[in-house]
Amino acid sequence: MTDITARRLSRRSLLQVAGSSAAIIAFASTSLIAQDGSPKRIVAVGGAVTEILYALGTQDRIVGIDTTSLYPPSALKDKPNVGYMRQLSAEGVLSLSPDLVLVSAGSGPPPALKLLEEAGVRLVTVPDTPTAAGAIEKIQAIGRAIGLEAKASALANDVEKRFAAVAKARESVSRPVKVLFVLAMQSGRPLVAGTGTAADGMIGLAGATNIGAGFNGYKAMTDEAIITAAPDVVVMMAREGLHADPDTVFANAALSATPAGAARRLVTADGHWLLGFGPRTPEAVAYLMQAFYPDMPQVKALSASPNLPTEAGK
Amino acid sequence: MSTSPMGAFADSAGETLAATLQRRRQRTAFVFALLVLLLVASSIVSLGVGAVSIPPGRTLGALWSGLTGWPADANAARDSLVILNIRLPRTLLGLMVGASLAVCGALMQGLFRNPLADPGLVGVSSGAALAAAIVIVLGERFLPYLPFTTLPFVALPIAAFLGGLLFTYVLYVLSSGSGRTSVATLLLAGVALGAMAGAITGLLTFLSNDQQLRDLTFWSLGSLGGATWTKVTTILPAFIPLAIALPFLGRSLNALSLGEAEAFHLGLPVERIKRIVIVVVALAVGAAVASAGVIGFVGIVVPHLLRLAIGANHKVLLPASALLGAALLLASDVLARLIVSPAELPIGILTAAIGAPFFLWLLLARRKMVT
Repeated sequence: MTDITARRLSRRSLLQVAGSSAAIIAFASTSLIAQDGSPKRIVAVGGAVTEILYALGTQDRIVGIDTTSLYPPSALKDKPNVGYMRQLSAEGVLSLSPDLVLVSAGSGPPPALKLLEEAGVRLVTVPDTPTAAGAIEKIQAIGRAIGLEAKASALANDVEKRFAAVAKARESVSRPVKVLFVLAMQSGRPLVAGTGTAADGMIGLAGATNIGAGFNGYKAMTDEAIITAAPDVVVMMAREGLHADPDTVFANAALSATPAGAARRLVTADGHWLLGFGPRTPEAVAYLMQAFYPDMPQVKALSASPNLPTEAGK
Repeated sequence: MSTSPMGAFADSAGETLAATLQRRRQRTAFVFALLVLLLVASSIVSLGVGAVSIPPGRTLGALWSGLTGWPADANAARDSLVILNIRLPRTLLGLMVGASLAVCGALMQGLFRNPLADPGLVGVSSGAALAAAIVIVLGERFLPYLPFTTLPFVALPIAAFLGGLLFTYVLYVLSSGSGRTSVATLLLAGVALGAMAGAITGLLTFLSNDQQLRDLTFWSLGSLGGATWTKVTTILPAFIPLAIALPFLGRSLNALSLGEAEAFHLGLPVERIKRIVIVVVALAVGAAVASAGVIGFVGIVVPHLLRLAIGANHKVLLPASALLGAALLLASDVLARLIVSPAELPIGILTAAIGAPFFLWLLLARRKMVT
């Protein structure tokens, strides 16, 4: 910076003028595209948002995703990552020149979202409720935001039909199994899903009873409470670094002293498949039901349905 | 610190002393020039660098249009927005937060005559953290009953600020009796109050859900990412008392370093000085924590670095701390937004990653000096 001569300075400023006008033209053209209602540069924040955009075949329009966008697995490899959904950087998102930022409810921080809106970027919040209706609503909200209502409605109808299939099977459940969902083992103590969690919603959809229903969110449960609650099945996420196999899980004294431990009933599935509440959720519900009620004919019949593959996510 | 040999001292005492003073003055001037340069450089980099790449010419253009109100090229609107609404408030906030954390560190170390004192000791950080935890975890239950819809944006910083002030006030009341403030009691009560606040924060952590837990974690790691003009203008008044008090406190802290009784006999209003320092620190650090979360180690590291470079004279140490603290925080913030761009690292990770090893080295060096 110290040895700039006058001649170089003028040449440089000339280049700058040329460069900046080129950039202005490029920017102007992207903002023109943004006006016709079908955004071309989308930043997707939230695992289910990304998943639905891929399911709608609009992955080529995604220019950025967040760290929770784990499905499909190629997303994290192919797209720039703007960080954790609750800790977005306004400038980071802007650097991708998006014409639409689709954020899952609960994204933030609020000042960053406010700055994005001030920057004239269209910001749409996608609701996130852990129910069947919530998953449908998500698909439709995204369809409206990207101007693909018809395609989204088709996908939503399809998902709705599959939800109806598992709901029908659920009606035949006469004696619900008691389920303990373990998010993680916190220094040997299970961190259990209570009400209001996505896991609680999934257990309900699969026609089972969540024994964590007495508290909110994910809480460490004491050994004695677990034994008293007597779960029939333990459900965990299958992921790297978590030893979700029956030998490890039922080595825990409390878990081994439950009916689940006696029968060594442990169900594992990919966490985002299980808890994402997106288009793949009916399959995950069917998978859980088959693990919970292996002998029920109505549940067995689910696997005959071509729409409900059950081997996914293990 | 070179001490002249006794012989030379006896021969021409005045000349040698003058030479030593001269050398020290030159050294101080040199360090100050360096610090100003460092601060200017880091401010420029902070304004010019980020996830959105904007060439220097356009950065200047955006600044010019912002200062003069001269309408920017409509197509360069995004540039001006990034420079004027994201980076400029962020740089200003970084300046204020960095300078106050470092100066308050130096003030606390001077007041306690303890090199390990930091602004957190007077309860500001623990009080602010507790208030922040209350807002994050319990806020959703109360916000619907509160009058302003904008409250969620401002509730956290306001609560953190008030929490810091309240804790400092309680601590001050606890440690002062019959018109005197015991520095030792202040320190110990600060530790106790900090533990209590930690326990309640822990309880709130237990009550929190997943998202609140992550919010708490991010808040406790600090970030300048939330800087807006609103934040800058609301927080600014709390930093002003520090700037006003700064020139007057150097002499007093120098006298205090002799000991409280000695300073009193030198005619120093010791009690009033203590009160001023505590109030100023509570305001400035409370505002810093409220606007950027907890940013560790700046308050401890910066004064120590400067004491090694220019000595312990508070008259120069305090302003130098302001310059270096601001420069250090701006530089850390530039790294925070570049390393994982377009995502962003919490700045507390960087200041602690730089500060903690330095702090350890300092401890070991001191131990060697003592033994």
